[in-house]
Amino acid sequence: MRSSRTGVAALLVAVTATSLLTACGSSTKKDTGTSANGKVTISVEGWRPGSEQATIDTFKAQVAAFEALHKNIHVDPREWEWKGETFATQLAGGTLPTSFRVPFTDGKGLIERNQIADLTDAVKALPYASKFNPTVLAAAQGPDGHIYGLPTGVYGIGLHYNRSLFTKAGLDPNKPPATWDELRADAKAIADKTGAAGFAVMSKGNTGGWNLTTLTYALGGRMESVSGTTVSASVDNAGTKEALDRIKAMRWVDHSMGSAALLDWSGINQQFAAGKIGMYMSGSDVYSALVQQNSIKPADYGLALLPMSDSPDAGLLGGGSVVAVSAKASKAQQNAAVLWNDYYYMRKLVQQDAAALDAKTLQEGKQPVGTPQLPIFDAATLTQYNDWIKPYVNVPLDQMSSFTSGVFSQKLVAEPPAHTQELYALLDSVVQKVLSDKNADINSVLSKVNGQAQSLVSAG
Amino acid sequence: MTATTPVSRPAGRGLLHATNRWVRGGGLATFVFVLPMLLIFGLFSWLPIVKAVVMSMQSTNLVTDAQWVGLENFRQVFNDPLLWTAVKNTAYFAALALVFGYPVPLILAVLMSDLRRARWIYAALAYVPVVIPPVVAVLLWRFFYDSGPTGVFNTVAGWVGLGPYPWLESAHTAMPSLVLEATWAAAGGTVIIYLAALVAVPPELYDAAEVDGASIWRKIWHVTLPQLRGVLFITLVLQVVGTAQVFLEPYLFTGGGPDHATTTVLLLIYDYAFGNTLGGNYGAATALSLMLAVTLALLSALFFRLTRSWSTS
Repeated sequence: MRSSRTGVAALLVAVTATSLLTACGSSTKKDTGTSANGKVTISVEGWRPGSEQATIDTFKAQVAAFEALHKNIHVDPREWEWKGETFATQLAGGTLPTSFRVPFTDGKGLIERNQIADLTDAVKALPYASKFNPTVLAAAQGPDGHIYGLPTGVYGIGLHYNRSLFTKAGLDPNKPPATWDELRADAKAIADKTGAAGFAVMSKGNTGGWNLTTLTYALGGRMESVSGTTVSASVDNAGTKEALDRIKAMRWVDHSMGSAALLDWSGINQQFAAGKIGMYMSGSDVYSALVQQNSIKPADYGLALLPMSDSPDAGLLGGGSVVAVSAKASKAQQNAAVLWNDYYYMRKLVQQDAAALDAKTLQEGKQPVGTPQLPIFDAATLTQYNDWIKPYVNVPLDQMSSFTSGVFSQKLVAEPPAHTQELYALLDSVVQKVLSDKNADINSVLSKVNGQAQSLVSAG
Repeated sequence: MTATTPVSRPAGRGLLHATNRWVRGGGLATFVFVLPMLLIFGLFSWLPIVKAVVMSMQSTNLVTDAQWVGLENFRQVFNDPLLWTAVKNTAYFAALALVFGYPVPLILAVLMSDLRRARWIYAALAYVPVVIPPVVAVLLWRFFYDSGPTGVFNTVAGWVGLGPYPWLESAHTAMPSLVLEATWAAAGGTVIIYLAALVAVPPELYDAAEVDGASIWRKIWHVTLPQLRGVLFITLVLQVVGTAQVFLEPYLFTGGGPDHATTTVLLLIYDYAFGNTLGGNYGAATALSLMLAVTLALLSALFFRLTRSWSTS
């Protein structure tokens, strides 16, 4: 009798389990984002987590202005920030906004994997489509020449410094260091006289690799070498060795780098805005984040050109973002997203009325206007844009003049082309090693990591 | 007695008959009551486990179609030099947690149980860290561990002329620092379990020991510990399984650094899955997850076998 009962129970369990699996496996109807009255809804990247209320209000005002122009589009702004740790999960789970920004380093990979939408037709319909700087647009193009996004926020790495700490250390805040030796001396003066870290580098969440690559470029090295279609790792180059030697000397001989060895992008911003760091390297546009998230005192802020070595290969690492659209979005959503991205990111760069309106809205919302950026089209267009927004500029441009006046004469170098973020992750541990171990053998560490990097790029 | 359905009876009638008897016997009611649990477990526990086993033999980015790769993911994990670093770090964490984290709650519980008054205040105080959300606790401890001279621990060390120490920034002190916080965070829960178990120890055993002239230490050794051995065994297994899966502390405090000094097995699984911003190596992540699960299951079985007499007598 027991076996009969067990059999019935087993049958019921099997039926239930099958129903369960079937229910899980059945696909839901694809959401096209279009309502019955033909209104298209798109979600877009709004403000970063932790932003001030004024930032959120200003963004919402811009959304309202866009919706007034495009009555058939509803824009749903999301609190969102690209983070290396969460992006892959959001992408796989389908929880990204319809439109989002990714670093240049990730654009190519997403295109190859068909994870972002082909926007060629919609982008080519934009009035300024033919004016893009080809090098910049290439970051958003696939091998087939199709366009998968709009380039935005193009930056060069700058040296950000705390003017107040400079003054306290007896240094001239209007004379930031112009060579790496001067930088080392200034960092030591700041550390000795104020107790703050004179100079700091990031080392967590792939940012250590990013900073080390920046320093390597400035000293004439390259992390990868390209020959035809073959990419080779060259992490153990002379520039990287010199970069690490300099970090090691500042950390362990001068004691001018503080003892925080595990800083990431937001962590270093926080410490810098709190007056605990004298100088650090980051994108030239980071001032906006320092205001919006870290409430930095404008009077404390200074931006200078990153010192370059005498090497003919010395260059400034540049980067930016691609505003992409989810491959899962319907055609109507893709077109609506391009219209929004045109409105929010691009039009202001080429149309005077749009530039003025955007700058006025930002200024009224007490948001930074005029943070230095590099040209997406050409230098003349950027100069013209800067003229248009001049009446609304509220960032201390005179404290950034040593960067803005010299950046166009710098040699801009793109980030390493193959497996960039994975390479940066490998290099994180190198930076951490040098910051945490005063006996670190730089040659042996680099030789080991170069082998790992080579395996990475060889894997294709 | 195991099969009562006659062979000659038609299968349909037999099944109907069995169903009737099963329903009348309360089988249906039992099933209905079990159904919600079955659905929830099926959906949120068993289905992901089955999917993980499948995924461990696939190459997938969860967006495009998955490819079958057989045991390639396992091979890849075994060949990763970081695996052995992660295993060593996890074992180090587990060993430190065992040496420091395991006796501390027991000592606290025994001391508290000896208190005549206000025992509940001490129990509540010991339990407070468990109530604090783990992320908040870690953020709090980051202030304690601040490597500058103004950090809380460094300030205290400074009073006696020591430090400042790079608690989390040195490969030597990072892991012990994580264990210290983890012990603080978890001890309260175990203290409550021990306190409950101590109440169940018959007082006449202590009285008898006292009559025999036993010291406090001998009472603990010969009465308390043998009476708690069942509970001690369970908490030991739970602790080993828990520490082998440590993730939160290394993830939030150090991200696995400096120079992989705190990269644990679970953090490595996380890095496989989410370290690459373009969609990670989910196959390798699930392969390593399965390897960890099997190892822990075997370890638990081994514990049960080795301590069978200890835990049941």
